[in-house]
Amino acid sequence: MRPRAHTVPLHTVVHLCAAVLAAGSLGATLYHGVEDRSTALAFGTLVAVGELTRRGGRGIREPAPLAAAGALAYALLGEVAGRPAELGAAQVVTVVLAASLLGSVPHVGRGDGPALDPVTRRVLTVGFVAVCFHPLHARGAFDDFSGPGHALLLLVLLTLTALCDAVLAAALAHSRTGWPFPPLLRDELRAVSGIGAAVVATGAVMALGAAVVGLWALPVFSVPLLLAQLSHRRYTAVRATYRQTIASLARATEIAGYTPHGHSRRVAALSQAVGRDLGLTEPELTVLEYAALMHDIGQLSLVDPVPEGATAGLPPAEQRRIALLGGAVVRQTGVDPRVAGIVERQADPHAEQPLAARIVRVVNAYDEKCREGGPGGPLTALEELRLGAAGEYAPEVVEALARVLSRDTEGTREQVDRSW
Amino acid sequence: MEALPARARVYLVGVTLLGLCCLLPLPGVPRPGVLSSLPDPRVPWWPVVLLAALYAGCERLARSRLVAGPHPGGTFHPVLLAGAFLLPPTAAALVALPGALLLPVEHGPRLARRLWRTGRLVVAVWAAGLVHLKTGGRDAVAHCDMPGALATAGAAVLAFCLVLTLLDGGVLAPAPGALPRSRPVAAWWRLFLGSLAPLTVHGLAGLMMALLWRSPYGPVAALLVLLPMGVSWWAFAQYHRERAAHQATIRALVQAVDIKDGYTRGHSERVGRASMLIARELGMDDERVEMLRFAGILHDVGKLGVPTRLLTKNGPLTPEERRVIELHPEYGHEMVRGISFLGEARAAVLHHHERLDGKGYPYGLAGGQIPESARVVAVADAFDAMTSTRSYSRARPVPVALEELERCAGTHFDPRMVKALVRAIGRTGWHPVVTADEPRRTAVPGPAAPVTGRPGARR
Repeated sequence: MRPRAHTVPLHTVVHLCAAVLAAGSLGATLYHGVEDRSTALAFGTLVAVGELTRRGGRGIREPAPLAAAGALAYALLGEVAGRPAELGAAQVVTVVLAASLLGSVPHVGRGDGPALDPVTRRVLTVGFVAVCFHPLHARGAFDDFSGPGHALLLLVLLTLTALCDAVLAAALAHSRTGWPFPPLLRDELRAVSGIGAAVVATGAVMALGAAVVGLWALPVFSVPLLLAQLSHRRYTAVRATYRQTIASLARATEIAGYTPHGHSRRVAALSQAVGRDLGLTEPELTVLEYAALMHDIGQLSLVDPVPEGATAGLPPAEQRRIALLGGAVVRQTGVDPRVAGIVERQADPHAEQPLAARIVRVVNAYDEKCREGGPGGPLTALEELRLGAAGEYAPEVVEALARVLSRDTEGTREQVDRSW
Repeated sequence: MEALPARARVYLVGVTLLGLCCLLPLPGVPRPGVLSSLPDPRVPWWPVVLLAALYAGCERLARSRLVAGPHPGGTFHPVLLAGAFLLPPTAAALVALPGALLLPVEHGPRLARRLWRTGRLVVAVWAAGLVHLKTGGRDAVAHCDMPGALATAGAAVLAFCLVLTLLDGGVLAPAPGALPRSRPVAAWWRLFLGSLAPLTVHGLAGLMMALLWRSPYGPVAALLVLLPMGVSWWAFAQYHRERAAHQATIRALVQAVDIKDGYTRGHSERVGRASMLIARELGMDDERVEMLRFAGILHDVGKLGVPTRLLTKNGPLTPEERRVIELHPEYGHEMVRGISFLGEARAAVLHHHERLDGKGYPYGLAGGQIPESARVVAVADAFDAMTSTRSYSRARPVPVALEELERCAGTHFDPRMVKALVRAIGRTGWHPVVTADEPRRTAVPGPAAPVTGRPGARR
């Protein structure tokens, strides 16, 4: 556990940094005035429009790619249609911030107002790029990099920025939720190779395009990125739908009276929290979630329901038989074969199990023992699991479960609740 | 090539020859240095080689196992169109050649498919290049004259799209059923509009590539344009893969019901088909038709919650047992209510046993209170129950079942839906894919006492 009571949390520090940068830029811009207004207006409009198309949601790492790309392009703008663009880093930050806030007004109106983290990240990344690029560009430090060299320079700078942004995003998430840092960073870095790459490339190309053909480049160069955003969104939507279907399929055992109400849902949510604590990445967590949702599906093949659906109390051979039946059903559904593998092996001795199967086994036993135990159930259940740890339940998973249960992070609970 | 009809063979040879004409140097048209006896100093051939390699490489990568998925085809048209905007028509046509020729073909006849694919692309790119050249696009690109470059690129994309549509339509037209015989103009128009939207985006990307290629930043910057296109293609492929997986899962969900209830094998799929027929006949839009197909497929999913003993019981049911079975619409609704994309299909699952006179279950709704989707599924369900063999009755012929439905229209079923089904089946017939009559290992022989107290009595 991190001692959070006495130190300022990291995300507050980062927010303060961003606020200082924004205030400084605003002050400088007010003092010097806005130069090259038409360009500033064009890029501001682009960022605001990009912000309007923001759609948050589960599994979306870059909710407003067009705004991000536009902001990066403005930060890297050296020339407009052949003439030098006279703008400083302070003006870049100010314009991007103002446009971002303006574009998020409708979202605020709808009630899902601007989360502080995205704005902070936008200000810091754009500030980083602008501070790296503009002073040096104004002094002519990049004159050696003309032509293709300049394009490569922009690309390197933007890639560096994307990596820094990933670290920043992972650090913010870590500080907010207390989940371990390395898997969060891995997830962020994976996003960099997908839609992140499209944002970086569009940012660089838009800056170059504006240098060649002027402001016409903005609408024209946004089209491919909008297409990428659209297909990405459809992909995310169909994944969400798939998830709902799996969850509904999992409820078949509850409706048929084989398992207690809400059991699979609770096991899935808790398994995910434990998996996160043990450092699983996003794709592994999805597999774990599906497996946890469907871990009891084998009971549908039984002639007589197990009393209360409590499989943890059955003899090991019977448990394994139900697990194998479940694996067969899951294999038929055409879900990722790894899910079927986990469901199949949930009753094996823990030394031979994959990590996800160990998690499902421990969490399933915990949920069943909680129900049996009545009001004092959770504590007794944990105690029983600890005692049985050496034999049936993997000790490291039981410890992770204890950590998750004792953690008072509202963020985790909110996250879990909202996803349902 | 043996399997091809003579007409298709002639067409294919024609397109191939046309493509060859586009590739060969013609007098009066500037051409790349490799092909002409007198090298044209204005057209260096390294861009041709570079673009051709790029196109071939991208197409190859897109079909590799790395991103394998259903391929809509023509993903890397931006490269081809950039070629058309940068190079003379003949050289631009050359860019498409290696990529289209070398790409693997999934189905035979391989040689014919390869030639066809290459021929249509070469001709289309050549036409786009020619239009771009004639409208003065080359200068617009070279001088970065922005609205001008956009307009000429638009004209070139139109030509590209038009040629592709004409060639594709020419292949499809003789095939029966590919294009509807009534209103062929509308079909061609749809073909054209369908490919115009994606091609416009590709054209914009191609124009960006061409502009950056000509700029001081050179081909490196132009390559960056492909990255967002690649990402969007990747996401699209993932979307299709995930969607297919999702549909497979829904099928599996339904199969679980079929396993429990031996006699309803294939029932869900057939009710889905019949619901779709009715919805089409009523002129609903495609989205609703699809929704009603799902409603039909999933209508009995609640039977998962009914004890297997009752579902497979041989003989008449006691009132208590009947009441337990009659819970299945509510069980089903409880299961699918969390699946938001099903929309009104969820109401159909809950209400598909309601009757128009209010004597149905679970809520005893009457007339217009019953959701439209449920009224469609009710008719489809009864129709399939009557035309397939059940434990309590043998299958009846289709016309008899339709007569029975018409007799009960107004009291039990919505007459609109019944009429629509009668019309649809009168036109296309009824050809279920899976029938319950196929031999099964666990088939229980002989119908039990017929319980046809009410029409299409079903559990």
